[in-house]
Amino acid sequence: MAASAAAVAAPSVVSAQGGAARSLRVIPQANLTSVDPVWTTAVVTRNHAFMIYDQLCAQDSNGEIKPQMVEGWTVSDDQLTWTFTLREGLAFHDGEKVLAKDAVASIKRWARRDPFMQVLSAGVADVEAMDDRRFRFRLHRPVPLLTMALGQTQFPCFIMPERIASTDAFTQIRETVGSGPFKFVPGEWNPGQRAVWAKNEAYVPRQEAVDGLAGGRRPNIDRIEWTIITDPATSANAMMQGEQDYWEYPLHDLLPLLRRNREMVVQQRLMDGTYGVCRFNTLQPPFNNPAIRRAVAMAVDQRDYLRAVAGNDPDGWGVCEGVFTCGTALANESGSEILKTRNIERARAALREAGYNGEKVVLIAPGDYPQINALSLVTADILTRMGFNLEVISTDWGTLVQRRASKEPVERGGWSIIHTTSSGQSLALPVYHLFLRANAANAWFGWPDEPEIERLRGEWVQTGDPAESRRIAEQLNAKAMESMYYIPLGFYWQPSAWRRNVTGVFRAPATVFWNIGKA
Amino acid sequence: MFAYIVRRVLATIPVMAIVALFVFSLLYIAPGDPAAVIAGDQATPDDVERIRASLGLDRPYLVRFGAWVWDIARGDLGVSIFTNLPVSTMIQQRIEPTLSLMVVTLILAISIAIPMGVLAAQRQGTWIDRAVMGFAVLGFSVPVFVVGYMLAYIFALELDWLPVQGYTPFSRGFWPWLENLILPAVALGSVYIALIARITRATMLEVLQQDYIRTARAKGVNQSGILFLHALKNAAVPVITIIGIGLAGLIGGAVVTESVFAIPGLGRLTVDAILRRDYPVIQGVVLLFSFVYVLVNLAIDLAYTLFDPRIRY
Repeated sequence: MAASAAAVAAPSVVSAQGGAARSLRVIPQANLTSVDPVWTTAVVTRNHAFMIYDQLCAQDSNGEIKPQMVEGWTVSDDQLTWTFTLREGLAFHDGEKVLAKDAVASIKRWARRDPFMQVLSAGVADVEAMDDRRFRFRLHRPVPLLTMALGQTQFPCFIMPERIASTDAFTQIRETVGSGPFKFVPGEWNPGQRAVWAKNEAYVPRQEAVDGLAGGRRPNIDRIEWTIITDPATSANAMMQGEQDYWEYPLHDLLPLLRRNREMVVQQRLMDGTYGVCRFNTLQPPFNNPAIRRAVAMAVDQRDYLRAVAGNDPDGWGVCEGVFTCGTALANESGSEILKTRNIERARAALREAGYNGEKVVLIAPGDYPQINALSLVTADILTRMGFNLEVISTDWGTLVQRRASKEPVERGGWSIIHTTSSGQSLALPVYHLFLRANAANAWFGWPDEPEIERLRGEWVQTGDPAESRRIAEQLNAKAMESMYYIPLGFYWQPSAWRRNVTGVFRAPATVFWNIGKA
Repeated sequence: MFAYIVRRVLATIPVMAIVALFVFSLLYIAPGDPAAVIAGDQATPDDVERIRASLGLDRPYLVRFGAWVWDIARGDLGVSIFTNLPVSTMIQQRIEPTLSLMVVTLILAISIAIPMGVLAAQRQGTWIDRAVMGFAVLGFSVPVFVVGYMLAYIFALELDWLPVQGYTPFSRGFWPWLENLILPAVALGSVYIALIARITRATMLEVLQQDYIRTARAKGVNQSGILFLHALKNAAVPVITIIGIGLAGLIGGAVVTESVFAIPGLGRLTVDAILRRDYPVIQGVVLLFSFVYVLVNLAIDLAYTLFDPRIRY
């Protein structure tokens, strides 16, 4: 029986081996558990969505928004009407043409979940199809950031057929019909094991060269196969043996091993680093006292955190002592002197002056999340040395995300400090800077209440002037440092690794697979 | 015998009901919130609440439990919160790798461990005996993942004889299927080889002291006849018991092995589901495992009758 099974199976095995050259075998950063990029914000789902869907406009390597599915847009003289025209030749994977009504339905579904668009939505009267290729936004007041929202990378506006996009934004879609350069192969999706995409032969890329996420998205490979390998050592072995071609997020500890292998290329592909965040619960003692939060900040040396996460190679990380992404237009260190103190003795003295009474501090560390766990343990060490009455609770990420929602005192299941990481893109602008928000109950966990921050943020959204935008950003940074409801912990680079026969890899704000081939 | 089997099969129903109640209640009180995981960092509390409501997680305990039991009674294990796929489909996708791993591991363990145990008993006190017992101590002491990494390093990376990771379905051919399973089966089987070899040795030593063995020797039965026809059959009951327990334990051991060798089996499905709080998947898999445990126990009880004619049901 075994022999006959082998005989029957032989052709498919040969075919699979022969097809290896035309397949890009990828170890993604996480398991693809959902295929709906509106329903979940998971980065892995967004990366999947970049393959099967297209965007109206997209971010280039300079962070500028360029047309992608649209030929372009026009803005009326009074700035209250934006008209977009779709390119010709766009078609969904089921053969249907992409029409303006599909774009409108997709925008409406996405806008219900995207925090950026929710900020702008107060200025939007309606979005409507004008004909098959044109749609327009009618505005109550000028919204200069409209294309920035539509072309953003962190929560992209992907275009789906109207019949799918009319699904409620809080209900997960099952169909995976887009108009992007690759088609999802649902029959080969085994969550936790494999996900497969095939080249969309009918895709018409833009003529421009690829530039970040903008320009021509050319599917240069027949198949992309994601294999979920949870163990980093096994992933490294599979890469070195040639069983896999591309590893999205190699563990930092294994980078030297991969670099020593002549068949491997290890490079920074994402354009932004990953930023560490130490967040205080401002509702409960002792961190409802800004002076105590500032005392902790005086003890922080970002380099300790970054070495704990990314190792001793200074090229692997960077100090960034402000709230905005370093290297971007709004990055500044106004009021950030406190983060340059880096002195445990002065921090202890500041803590005494602040009137710390020995209240219990609960720090939750996610043991199954190596980078965030490392950040947590460095803070735990600082707090211990400062003399805090500290309890470290080591748990898993699933438990942490539930417990961080608790506003109760620590004795009743609450928390004092948590850590997280964020992409640099998400911290580049006040409009979607999650940790900067200080709108009390509606703010991110920790719930800071700083009306001045919110006022400045609102002012920034309205301005279209770069100099004014910069001035507001400096005020925001200074105010955030004064209130210190979170401590920026710097950033580390997350390189990717691929085998030398993989061609066409380019830097981009997200991990995408168009233009990549295999020699 | 038939009436006994029917009774035992019927007895699984209350067992499964208790397991179902227990699993559901434990998950209900366990910390974690799938809605928060799905919503991500950017979500507002209102968004999380809406997702929770859309998943039905805001309903009272009894309503949720009742709905789940009603679905189970109709053979519906539910739909994964995250993938939106039926739990039964997800289990079907994962059952072959785990079953394959368990079968290969068991065959390997039994075919190596029993001869080792018999040999050690026959050569009690010699270097062979000490070597077998030394191996048994190692097998117990070295964690499966350490054995797994060592095997992968030697046989995949250095010698390039076998693949590092992955699973090839049986339908693609016997050798592609087997070559992916050899290293994981050896890693997972090391504990069971040690366990079965020790029990076989101890039981054989006891049996070899019995009067009927002396009688067989006196009648001129040769050594292999004594060992394999007379002694081993009578030593089989404890060995079968330990194989049965080992089979049940393989389910747990497979979790680590599947992670080290990237085998997409039920073990990894369970761990992933627990970390994400994918309740329907956890409940479905635990129910399945419980059912397998019950069936394995039944199979062991029935196997006793094959080796010991005094046991009758």
